Amino acid sequence: MTAVTMNGPRGAAEPRGARPVRRFAPSTIMIYGSLIFAAIYYLIPLYVMVVTSLKGLPEVRLGNIFSPPLEATFEPWVKAWDSACTGLYCEGLKVGFWNSVKITVPSVIVSIAVASVNGYALSYWRFKGSEIFFTILLVGSFIPYQVFLYPLVLLTRAMGIYSTLWAVILVHTIFGMPILTLLFRNYFASLPVELFKAARIDGAGFWGVFIKIMIPMSAPIFVVAIILQVTGIWNDYLFGLVFAGQPNYPMTVQLNNIVNSIQGVREYNVNMAATILTGAVPLIVYFVSGKLFVRGIAAGAVKG
Amino acid sequence: MAHVSVRGLEVAFGNLKVLQNLNIDVEEGEFLVLLGPSGCGKSTLLNSIAGLLDIADGQIWIAGDNVTWKEPKDRHIGMVFQSYALYPRMTVEGNLSFGLKTARVPKPEIQKRIVAAADLLQIQPLMKRRPAELSGGQRQRVAIGRALVRDVDVFLFDEPLSNLDAKLRTELRVELKKLHIKLGSTMIYVTHDQIEALTLADRVAVMHGGLIQQLATPKEIYRRPVNLFVAGFVGSPAMNFLAGRISKANGGVGIKLDDGTDVALAGYEFAGQPQEGQPALLGVRPEQILMPAMAGASNLPITVTLVDSMGADALLWGTVGKDIVSVRIGSDDSYAMGDQVVAGFQPAFASLFDAESGARL
Repeated sequence: MTAVTMNGPRGAAEPRGARPVRRFAPSTIMIYGSLIFAAIYYLIPLYVMVVTSLKGLPEVRLGNIFSPPLEATFEPWVKAWDSACTGLYCEGLKVGFWNSVKITVPSVIVSIAVASVNGYALSYWRFKGSEIFFTILLVGSFIPYQVFLYPLVLLTRAMGIYSTLWAVILVHTIFGMPILTLLFRNYFASLPVELFKAARIDGAGFWGVFIKIMIPMSAPIFVVAIILQVTGIWNDYLFGLVFAGQPNYPMTVQLNNIVNSIQGVREYNVNMAATILTGAVPLIVYFVSGKLFVRGIAAGAVKG
Repeated sequence: MAHVSVRGLEVAFGNLKVLQNLNIDVEEGEFLVLLGPSGCGKSTLLNSIAGLLDIADGQIWIAGDNVTWKEPKDRHIGMVFQSYALYPRMTVEGNLSFGLKTARVPKPEIQKRIVAAADLLQIQPLMKRRPAELSGGQRQRVAIGRALVRDVDVFLFDEPLSNLDAKLRTELRVELKKLHIKLGSTMIYVTHDQIEALTLADRVAVMHGGLIQQLATPKEIYRRPVNLFVAGFVGSPAMNFLAGRISKANGGVGIKLDDGTDVALAGYEFAGQPQEGQPALLGVRPEQILMPAMAGASNLPITVTLVDSMGADALLWGTVGKDIVSVRIGSDDSYAMGDQVVAGFQPAFASLFDAESGARL
């Protein structure tokens, strides 16, 4: 590198011990420079949203979208949650929030319960045609949602659950199946097969092996599945709109209705607050479980 | 009657037939070792006996029962795996008791059996630990204990010592042998390590290409291998093979090596009648060659190329004609490169194989 580190008669110049760290090497500046730039680029819209949501309407009208609020107020947040209007009703987002909870919790539980058993059966209890079954399931994940939409409407109507929470839950469970089954199958396939053999010799059957041996070893992949499903289902707009029916609209649909229903003035501050409120749940999930998520993905991918 | 009996077993993975018409009988209390290189079908055979693999044809009998269609748990077997396969989320105690709990054995009985197994394997202090907190040797003890508590007729071992370091392997090998003597149970043990096979087994089945090449006592396998594969696979350093042709010149049968050397084979027990001029391979183990030759022995002229010191003894590498030979010599014997030495061996302890079929002559 530099002349100092070259071999010379002086003993102190000999390379020895830990390699010296250069704080301002060009590569370091480039790396941190790009990272900071990218971070700012992605954070600016969020900053604008937060700042705007804390301003009163007169201040919003001034148009200085980057300037911090002169008089911070939580009025728009309260209004977004409690009394913003969606067409005829003026009850705010809270209805949608609880609808989303009612949709997300059962959908996550049912889809993960079914998919984990699927994945377990497909990796340990191969039956005739199990590979074909798995392939069909995988192909299912590549078909665009829109193709299924109308048939599913007919199906749920025939079942008598169209326009209810049950229809949305069913649809989410169906659409979560391919990717979740793949996830669980690959994770179980990465566990040593000798464990399965040992449990079989010890007398455990299909459910015995699954509940007593496999589930206790699968915490990472369950975390990944829960995160995928919670964020995916919470953020869903299409299925909620089509299948839930007006009283059961999830938060995303309500947000859209709030933002798009114009009565006199467009309340940008309320819209911003409502959007942040809707996005808060997935955001919190990511912040809380980020480390676990990465670990789980890695465990599923490479763990031998 | 045999305790474990495999009759006409056929196992296929897709179109690939791994085992075909395989028959083997194991006596009660016998320690049988299945020995062979990777991919020879030895683990497949063991898994078939355990009921962990679907077989295409044949029958498996254990203790007088036809268990061919029975579940693994109903076959009265215990199995120990190479990777230990301990349940990672359970303590040692949980691992040992899992099978008994599944079989709904009463609690006091479970406790009694666990204590007995732990005593036998000296793992009492480890009972509350998780597998991750155990060393390799301790894990394998627990794995053996898990098979032990189930009070089974037959123990199956699938390369149980292969994941351990050399020192532990030797220790546990001796313990396994003691355990077998103490319990007197039937044990079937799969390994690719010939030292384990020769030390542990009552009988060894050498397998290759899905076939049992030879089923005999370790001594018989070592002394009188039935074919070239067994001769080459068992023994370290490997048996020396010298190519030549059978000659019946001066009354007795001998072998004329490819470089023209005549080697007399007086005292060798032929399995059949060799033909004059038949291509053959003379097999002599390194420790059976004596340098220099003693009176009454058959002679081999060796050109020395290298001496490897191995501590207790040394291994001399040389050539006879074009063939490379190794000879076990004393660590104090000194030979230099290029030395011409006449070595000798007793034909009675040598082996002679047909060069084409590989069968013993």
